[in-house]
This record gives sequence, structure tokens and C-alpha cells, in this order.
Amino acid sequence: MPMAAPEIERLIKDAIPDAEVTIRDLAGDGDHYAARVVSASFAGMSRIKQHQTVYAALGGRVGGELHALQLETAVPQSENI
Amino acid sequence: MSANDRIAELVKANNIVLFMKGTALFPQCGFSSRAIAILDRLGAAYETVDVLQDPEIRAGIKEYSDWPTVPQLYVKGEFVGGSDIMMEMFESGELQELLQAA
Repeated sequence: MPMAAPEIERLIKDAIPDAEVTIRDLAGDGDHYAARVVSASFAGMSRIKQHQTVYAALGGRVGGELHALQLETAVPQSENI
Repeated sequence: MSANDRIAELVKANNIVLFMKGTALFPQCGFSSRAIAILDRLGAAYETVDVLQDPEIRAGIKEYSDWPTVPQLYVKGEFVGGSDIMMEMFESGELQELLQAA
């Protein structure tokens, strides 16, 4: 069962309330997405940990129900300075 | 030997190893294909493990690094990331450094 983009965004924001989430439907089939997640809570985390935090927010759907999620994570620009 | 032990052996025995769907010549998934393209571009000498040929490893690799998807890259025993992280590190030059040191 494909997932709708707003559902993905809601799950991420439930777990990471300050997250800015941008989702693109790559193939227009509701099954291949690219997500960019920006959150101050990622500061100090390794990239692996940042991605794991997003995967955890999606509660085991990545790799199953949600086959293809290209993921990019970042901290807000001001946090980088 | 458990799946976990087999994966630990593979990761220990190979400096650069990619767990993927398919082979370097015939990747069976866009993400695996992207990971191979990056490694080839960097001229890295790597081993691959085709998880489609081994259901035990396919299931076990998700537990091994608490990472839900394949491909997964390991360098000198350390989990580096999936294809998105590989791409970010490729673009920033970090992956070149890491692989050259391997």
C-alpha cells in the first residue's frame, strides 16, 4: 500500500515537532519519495543518527510499506554558524 | 553461525564492503545502483554482498546496524551509511578521504 506524502510529513512532525519537512513525489506513483528534514534537534548528531531518527519516526515503514524514500537531513543554517 | 556473526565476519574480512541488491554489474535497485556508481567513480576497490541471494543476511543486515534499508556501506568495519549518506559524503569530499584511508 503506497503512502501519501501528507501522512509521511505528519509522522515525521509527530516525532520531531520542530522539523521542517519537504517531500517530493519522485515518480508520481505515491511510492517513491524524496524527503528533506531540517531540525535543530539534529545538531551534534552523526548523519547516521539523523537518518535513524527519521526512520524511527516512520515507525518501521521504511524498507517495507514505504519502499523508496530518498532522505536528506540538516540542521537549520543558523545552527551551523 | 548466526546471521549477525556472518555479517560481522564479512565486514571484518573486507576493508570496503557494500551490502546491496544484485551485483556490481547488475544492480537490482536504483539505490544500490547509485551506491555502485559512486564507488566506481571514486575508483575504490570494494567487495559486494548480494542480499537477494541470501535471505538470512537480507534480514540480518537490518538489525546489524539498526538500519532499515539496503544498500549499506561498511569501511574498515564501520557502518558508513546508505546511498543518501554516500551521496552527501561524495559531494562534500568526505567519502574520497575515507576510502583513500581504507
